[in-house]
Amino acid sequence: MREIQAAELPDIATGAALLGTGGGGDPYLGRLLVRREYLRGRTVSLLDVGELPDDALVIPAAGMGAPTVRVEKLPNGDEASTAFRMLERHLGRRADATMPVECGGSNSMVPLLVGAQLGLPVVDADGMGRAFPELQMQTFGVYGISGSPLAFSGSHGERGVLDTGTDNVRLERLARGVTVRLGGTVSIAQFAMSAADVRRTAIPGTLSLALRIGRCLRESRERYRDPFAALTELFKETAYAYATPVFSGRIVDVERRTTGGFARGTATIESFVDNSVLELAFQNEHLVARVDGRIRVIVPDLITVLNAETAEPITTEALRYGLRVTVFAIAAPPIMRTPEALAVFGPRAFGIDADFTGVEELA
Amino acid sequence: MSLRIGIDVGGTHTDAIVMDGDRVVATVKCLTTEDVTTGIVAALRVLREQSEVDPKDVRAVMIGTTHFINALVEANRLAPTAALRFGLPATAALPPMVDWPDSLVTAVGGRSYLCHGGVEFDGQDIADLDEDEIRRAAHDMLSHGVRSVAVSSVFSPVSAEHELRAAELLAAEAPELDVSLSHEIGRLGLLQRENATIINAALREMAAQIVDGLAAAVHGAGITAPLYLSQNDGTLMEVDYARRYPVATFASGPTNSMRGAAFLSGLTDCAVVDVGGTTTDVGVLRHGFPREAATEVVVAGVRTNFRMPDVLSIGLGGGSLVHGTGAADVAVGPDSVGYRLTDRALVFGGDTLTATDIAVAAGILDIGERGRVRHLAKDFVAAVLADIETKVARTVDRMRSSRERPPVVVVGGGGILVPDTLEGAGTVHRTEHFAVANAIGAAIAQVGGEVDRIYPIEPGRREAVLDAAKQEAVDRAVAGGADPGRVRIVDIDEIPIAYLPGNATRVRVKAVGDLVLGTDSTDGVA
Repeated sequence: MREIQAAELPDIATGAALLGTGGGGDPYLGRLLVRREYLRGRTVSLLDVGELPDDALVIPAAGMGAPTVRVEKLPNGDEASTAFRMLERHLGRRADATMPVECGGSNSMVPLLVGAQLGLPVVDADGMGRAFPELQMQTFGVYGISGSPLAFSGSHGERGVLDTGTDNVRLERLARGVTVRLGGTVSIAQFAMSAADVRRTAIPGTLSLALRIGRCLRESRERYRDPFAALTELFKETAYAYATPVFSGRIVDVERRTTGGFARGTATIESFVDNSVLELAFQNEHLVARVDGRIRVIVPDLITVLNAETAEPITTEALRYGLRVTVFAIAAPPIMRTPEALAVFGPRAFGIDADFTGVEELA
Repeated sequence: MSLRIGIDVGGTHTDAIVMDGDRVVATVKCLTTEDVTTGIVAALRVLREQSEVDPKDVRAVMIGTTHFINALVEANRLAPTAALRFGLPATAALPPMVDWPDSLVTAVGGRSYLCHGGVEFDGQDIADLDEDEIRRAAHDMLSHGVRSVAVSSVFSPVSAEHELRAAELLAAEAPELDVSLSHEIGRLGLLQRENATIINAALREMAAQIVDGLAAAVHGAGITAPLYLSQNDGTLMEVDYARRYPVATFASGPTNSMRGAAFLSGLTDCAVVDVGGTTTDVGVLRHGFPREAATEVVVAGVRTNFRMPDVLSIGLGGGSLVHGTGAADVAVGPDSVGYRLTDRALVFGGDTLTATDIAVAAGILDIGERGRVRHLAKDFVAAVLADIETKVARTVDRMRSSRERPPVVVVGGGGILVPDTLEGAGTVHRTEHFAVANAIGAAIAQVGGEVDRIYPIEPGRREAVLDAAKQEAVDRAVAGGADPGRVRIVDIDEIPIAYLPGNATRVRVKAVGDLVLGTDSTDGVA
């Protein structure tokens, strides 16, 4: 167990933004919420899942809704803990720890907030290893953990428990409807499971990974080192193992449309060095990168778009004509590349007519 | 005759120019005085002597000033201010000024009041307004010596009803308070919009004094034409508006400089490269206006979403240090001798090799003692100039906003370092009147109107929604004093919003038009 220092929060936020692969929302506000708890004398600790007994209860915490709403309708601060306590009451049992569902984007901060408020450690693992647009897209469900019951809470203190049995897709649809009714943003607690199940179904070490990514980018900047080479080295020591810059160039076109409540679109990037073109398709997060028509990286491998000079992560909303970027790919950990996992968040789950091939094989 | 006077009040110099239509008639440069007014009076007097312009023929006076941003950065002359936010029961966890530097919170005497209200993304009330809550807050403000209040409300760019009602109640309960409303100042993003509104509120008293001083100086010179201040985005605001919204004039300096330089070159779409002593600043003009920064702007440690020009600065200028010993390892900047150029550069008898020394050695500049740089090898000098060219070209390239290679306007004291051709750029232009480009930028400013809102766009309704947004932007420009027959849309931006039903789309539209100039000085638009 290791206590997170207040000074580490900005690094975690930067790393989480990178793992957001273009989506997931800005962790800035979440970081302010956690810092507020630290200013009140509360702290939060990261826990390796191996430190918990098999039968310990872990309840993951997250936010659901539109990032654009979240920057306007700020939280009252109790939503996440209210949803968490609601699920505990429903289960008739107190949790021993919380953890993220999604380590990418703003959802990286929610378990830190809950942990600080309720005095619970946060398990250093998550169910996405990145950001994904829908609730059912995580490894917990893939390996047999049900998203139900799901407890939610809004800013008026509205709360409730949703239960769709073992169908995580129906749960996503129902929870999405509730979220819109409550103003477009809610806090949720779900996937309550034993520590043994966390060990079996979660991607380990992802919160500390966010911290290390943020620190790596900051130190590269401070010491004038190549941030991309430093990132590649960093990922070698993790479950992701392989990461590499795949393309550098200028954005020459961005086309967007909204369908089914998602921001979809395509960005075209022209190479700095030759005539090749990278076409990047996104649905809130980056889904597939094709170089001269040939797939170079595809979901669930992580496609990040970074500022070509500073390696600062760029969100899909901020993609615009003229930006100079480096597309940096990260192989998804093996637990996210099994046939069961690919059925839930592989290319076809996003309507892409292609099979998954790892980025290290597409080089 | 359509005579206009443009004035730029900088930290060191006050510049003034007279323009007749598109022609610059006269220019002057005076020292800025501490009271601002004396410097302007002096500049106007010299201008009149030079140009023999009859003050009665002047149709408009446009002023750009950096005073407000300096006051904030120095935390100087700020009014005791309160933030009144409508959002409860939401938003309580992140109260106003939550991420401000403590010293600035203290400097504005920052008090916060959270009240029930605000709306959801679709315009429905988050909570009803509690009018007694507002009255209690007003009385508490007065009892604590607050003189200016910033009102913000969740999703006020969607519906400003609660901010407007609060303003009415404050006017009734505490008429002595200055009131600033967030929906009139910023865009989506509550904290950033609120930050800008609080800064605005804190500057209100100072704005009133400065504006009175400006008006007195201009009227004292016998000019009765309406007075305008230039805004961050290169458009104008009427002087009475500036009393209420000083924050909108924050970044007018770089904007006026870019627009002035482009105007002198006769270009409306170009990159402007301003090479100073320490840095080179590159901005891009589209349809005659600077491209705005897409990201947040941090001013005095506070995150805001002002409409600021997108400027990229690199450490390269006349005072830049030259590193390396031969053609292979040469590098210019980013460090610089700064204002000590005349002590430290070789040609001035110093011991430091600077970019200026290289320019003298290459024979493109003739200052100081050329003999002191004669020892520099020719291929070394050429390599340094090539490094400068590469750095400038790369910066221009990074700022390019279309496939076309933009023409480049080079200005500033170090502009001589930039060659006549730049890789990846179009033709290179230079201007002579650059010394007063800021004042010219102010004088040629137009009137703008902007809309930034989330719209539900039903299938097949996109055109109708965009047309409505465009019309509203045009109406706002006309309300601000633009000639209704000469307003055009200069920017449209549509961003679909994820996770909301009804194809919610954020639409930003900006319109600008020429100012209506009165037929004589008594019927201006002010």
